[in-house]
Amino acid sequence: MDALVNQLPTGLAIGAVLLLAALGLNFTFGQMGVINMAHGEFIMVGAYTAYVLHAWAGLDPTWSLIAALPLAFTLTGTLGWLLELGLIRHFYGRPLDTLLLTFGIGMILQQAARDTFGAPNVDVPAPGWLTDGTTLPGGIRLHHSRLFILALALVCVLAIAHYLHRTHQGRQMRAVIHNRDLAGVSGINTRKVDATTFFIGSGLAGVAGVALTLIGPTGPTLGANYIVDAFLVVVIGGLGRLRGTVLAAFALGILNATAQAWTDASLAKLLVFAAIIAFLQARPQGLFTVKTRALT
Amino acid sequence: MTPTPAPGRRTPLARLRGPATFLALLAAALLLLPHLLEPFRLNLLTQYLCYSIVALGIALAWGRGGMLTLGHGVYFGLGAYAMAIHLTLAATAADPLTRGRLPQFMAWSGRTELPWFWQALTHPAAAVTAALLLPAALATLLGWSVFRQRVRGAYFALLNQALAAAFVILLIGQQHLTGGSNGLTDFPVFAGHSLYTPTAQTTLYTLTVLTLAATYLLLRHLTHSRYGRLLIAIRDGEDRVRYLGYDPTWAKTLAYALSATAAGAAGALFVPVMGIISPTLIGVVPSIMMVLAVAIGGRDSLAGAAAGALIMNTAQTTFSETFTGGWTYLQGALFVVVIALAPHGLAGLAHTARAALRRPRTPAPAQETATAGSTP
Repeated sequence: MDALVNQLPTGLAIGAVLLLAALGLNFTFGQMGVINMAHGEFIMVGAYTAYVLHAWAGLDPTWSLIAALPLAFTLTGTLGWLLELGLIRHFYGRPLDTLLLTFGIGMILQQAARDTFGAPNVDVPAPGWLTDGTTLPGGIRLHHSRLFILALALVCVLAIAHYLHRTHQGRQMRAVIHNRDLAGVSGINTRKVDATTFFIGSGLAGVAGVALTLIGPTGPTLGANYIVDAFLVVVIGGLGRLRGTVLAAFALGILNATAQAWTDASLAKLLVFAAIIAFLQARPQGLFTVKTRALT
Repeated sequence: MTPTPAPGRRTPLARLRGPATFLALLAAALLLLPHLLEPFRLNLLTQYLCYSIVALGIALAWGRGGMLTLGHGVYFGLGAYAMAIHLTLAATAADPLTRGRLPQFMAWSGRTELPWFWQALTHPAAAVTAALLLPAALATLLGWSVFRQRVRGAYFALLNQALAAAFVILLIGQQHLTGGSNGLTDFPVFAGHSLYTPTAQTTLYTLTVLTLAATYLLLRHLTHSRYGRLLIAIRDGEDRVRYLGYDPTWAKTLAYALSATAAGAAGALFVPVMGIISPTLIGVVPSIMMVLAVAIGGRDSLAGAAAGALIMNTAQTTFSETFTGGWTYLQGALFVVVIALAPHGLAGLAHTARAALRRPRTPAPAQETATAGSTP
């Protein structure tokens, strides 16, 4: 029990990072059934946006962080929108094909980053007020950067929940997810909704990328390192369910942290994988599911 | 519908064409190529043919069974590491300076005795058995437990990928057991024979060609049987098959395990040929490359998949020698072009071309082969 309490802050921090990376997938994979393997590279693009603002435009760390968040959202959102417009919309209903297709796009983006910024990792300095940490009574140390990521993730979740449930466009999006044809005959422009969904989902990858610059170096394979775990979050959480994604991200984060405390990091990954297979024995559709009677 | 006549109505000559082509290719590969190619090129060709064996397995699991496996590097790696561990032990025992001691990397990382699974692989036969059975066992366990719960499609693909990621992290992390990110290398002997002679390399090549041919014949037989038809039915409508009274779980698990075994065999052959195995050869990206080869060759066709692996790896060597970055762009573009324009790969294109030649007047022959169809 002591070990668990000690690992809780680390677990929450890992969970927040996973949540940010997986939130966008909740839109593209969860809601539209598109496996966008280039999502990891969108995260990488977001991270390099922060780098460019600092190193090339010369902004100081605080301002570059504040400016990078909306800029990265717009940039990767546009990339995702273009990807949907140019390629993915021809492949709806063929998830395995989109997976391979977007993996190819991801390879191209990764190599483009390598050619533009070089293969070695670069550093984006965090603002001074985030490099510090607070020590709680009991010797647990909280890094401010991790708290910031946790807060950012929660703000994003609340914004998405508000968008999906309280705005006209969000309701249209949910209608299209539940029954595309019925939404179409009710006068909803489903093509436009698809494009918007992809824009927001990909934009969130950019936000995740900016956040990741606070806790580690930025490199061409930054997104690839997170994407496998991020997809697992959506698999565990269940398709298209925001609360499932949130719960699964933190569960996976805490599980990772606890397993790492028990054994070493390399064995922990395998243990977590085994735990996921075991979990799927009980709930093969993930934590929460949208009920359907469709014949597949 | 395609203009291909039913198999029963083909002329005797047409029925002989397939086996004749196969035998001609096999004879050319075994009798001609070892004399025509210089040893370096023959070695490269043997490596590519190992990937062709993997491709055959993926064509069965993905093309026929609809199971997109993004983690075949794991099974390839299990076979490869079983063989590599044995070869490292053999190398240590063969050198009078190191005989009776631990392999060097183990001693450096502070181990004092051989781990149990290394001891178990001392005998060559044990290594070969492990290279075939370990992948089969892991695939059966994973396949059965997820297929039983009807976890499939994208979920299955992502789980496979997670397994590949975890496996590589484990290999790198447990450096004192596996050689870490350097992997295992330097394999001079197998079962008392030197591996560095030209004869040994030719023997390895022959062995690889024969394994490839045997795997092809076995999988071809399977895919043309009732079981093969069941697999396709499961791919195209798993729940419908269930309603007809079949249990898709065992059929899928069998195909997945067979395809893992093929990858394991390929891995075991690959190690003495390549002379090294390391985590970079079997991670998430190499696993996807194995799938790309099958996509290029044609997921519906066993021969196409094997050819796809050969072509892609040849292209990789040729292009990456001249411009490294350019090859990555080209590879990424290949993914897009093949999936978008030729979902049935080169084999599908060849089929379309043949059909067009046979009936030049037919307007726009259908792309689908007898077994083709969109993979869900």
